Amino acid sequence: MGIVKTDELVFEYIRRDEEGNVDGITTAVDHVSLDVQPGSFIAILGHNGSGKSTLAKHINAILSPTEGTVIVDGMDTTDDTKTWDIRQCAGMVFQNPDNQIIGQVVEEDVGFGPENMGVPTKEIWERVEESLKAVGMYEFRKYSPGRLSGGQKQRVSIAGVLAMHPKVIIFDEPTAMLDPVGRKEVIRSARALNQVEGITIILITHYMEEIVHADQVFVMDQGKIAMKGTPREIFSQVEKLRSLRLDVPQVTMLAHILRKRGLQIPEGILTREELIKAICGD
Amino acid sequence: MPIILDHVNYIYQDGGNEQVMALKDINLTIPDGQFIGIIGHTGSGKSTLVQHLNGLLKATSGHIYYDGQDIYEKDYQLKDLRSKVGLVFQYPEHQLFEADIFSDVCFGPKNLGLPKKDVEYRAFNALRSVGMPEELYYQSPFDLSGGQKRRVAIAGVLAMQPKVLVLDEPTAGLDPRGRDEILGLIKDLQTGSNMTIILVSHSMEDVAQYVDRILVMDHGSILYDGTPREVFRHYKELETIGLAAPQVTYIMHELKAKGLSVDEDAITLNEAADQIMNLFRR
Repeated sequence: MGIVKTDELVFEYIRRDEEGNVDGITTAVDHVSLDVQPGSFIAILGHNGSGKSTLAKHINAILSPTEGTVIVDGMDTTDDTKTWDIRQCAGMVFQNPDNQIIGQVVEEDVGFGPENMGVPTKEIWERVEESLKAVGMYEFRKYSPGRLSGGQKQRVSIAGVLAMHPKVIIFDEPTAMLDPVGRKEVIRSARALNQVEGITIILITHYMEEIVHADQVFVMDQGKIAMKGTPREIFSQVEKLRSLRLDVPQVTMLAHILRKRGLQIPEGILTREELIKAICGD
Repeated sequence: MPIILDHVNYIYQDGGNEQVMALKDINLTIPDGQFIGIIGHTGSGKSTLVQHLNGLLKATSGHIYYDGQDIYEKDYQLKDLRSKVGLVFQYPEHQLFEADIFSDVCFGPKNLGLPKKDVEYRAFNALRSVGMPEELYYQSPFDLSGGQKRRVAIAGVLAMQPKVLVLDEPTAGLDPRGRDEILGLIKDLQTGSNMTIILVSHSMEDVAQYVDRILVMDHGSILYDGTPREVFRHYKELETIGLAAPQVTYIMHELKAKGLSVDEDAITLNEAADQIMNLFRR
């Protein structure tokens, strides 16, 4: 059984007008069934308002399903007695690092989670150290977060989640506010945690090139899973993705344009190396 | 009405009473109708620089001239400047507050003390120029999608009829189609209304495709100032300051390194595709 499993998950919310009268019901997540295997790297794509963040918020019990079930590491998210266990098991990293960092010093911030869990002091410091090392921020442990770049702050946020020893980390557009190098740092950290620590990663993003290494990609539209497959399978369907307000990595797009102009190269090229190889023919 | 920055410095004191030089000796001429992209890592001074352009921040030393007039002169009307140089902040939709879209866009011109008719005429034109469908004018801005909210926020600034439009990361958090739509809209404002556009961006691909001129900020100084082609030639230096070149530029450099005769300055998809197709035509 998967580490995160949703079964026919539905989430509806009631829209109200100015006076508080019911205006209608919006189905943000519409019968979504997912089965995420432990240790996998999953990506969720979808246009603004497609329901991907709403789905993600179910995985650590921020939202509760209207219908269907969400099981995280064998725990049902509607079971109130398990809420904290679920949040420890499935940590979340959000878009804006400034909203997630509360400590005055990097190491204090990272220690905040385990401290709240009642972890003994000695172990807190061990966890802080290993977490900061895992994201390459150990040398900044005495810094004030205000002096860090966006990418560094975001890696501190990741370390804060990591210190709670989660099995799953959900990244909800973690790079939307970062510069190119900051984006790379965060994605590299996510991949390292997946490959070295075996943590299951669920990455939500609008940057297509960030997910070319994912094991599986889900594309959401109107609350439903519209497409599902490997990055190569998904990015081979340029026109379909465009109709869903999405895109493909620039490398894939270049290959697509070249193919359209008559060059004999395969569809679904994902990396620079693949494209160079296809062009040079060696 | 060009903007001239002459030896502009901006120094502030951080929390620990340390002096921070956020802008160092900025000299810059912004001619009418140019589309300028400003890139730089987080904390490089981009936002600080653009906030000087409409007098929101005052330089510690140096002069800024708008239309030949020193904006720091005693009797200079900063209020007029602010309606001529419109600033769209990051996540501008957070500043929407009126009950309906039309009233929200009316807010700015109403504050200028214009007659009601003129206010409404301006709001109508602004909403039309951002492509907002008329049937939405009297809906709450909070019911719109992310991309639409951002359009309304931009319309609010356009209703002030600025000559210069400054946008601080207007596409952050938008899905790929939303990004293309906002950038297309901005480009139309430049070509259709001869507006000067200043775009702060973290997307090298977007900057390469749309702008006439790039300013690269690093540690409060302008490191490079040139056409996208000129600037992205320094891609190795750009990487050391948290930036990058568009993905296609790397492909062109790798092809060149393999001995193929391509123009490694190609920075957009179409330019790169043309170059690669040329290889096979010979």
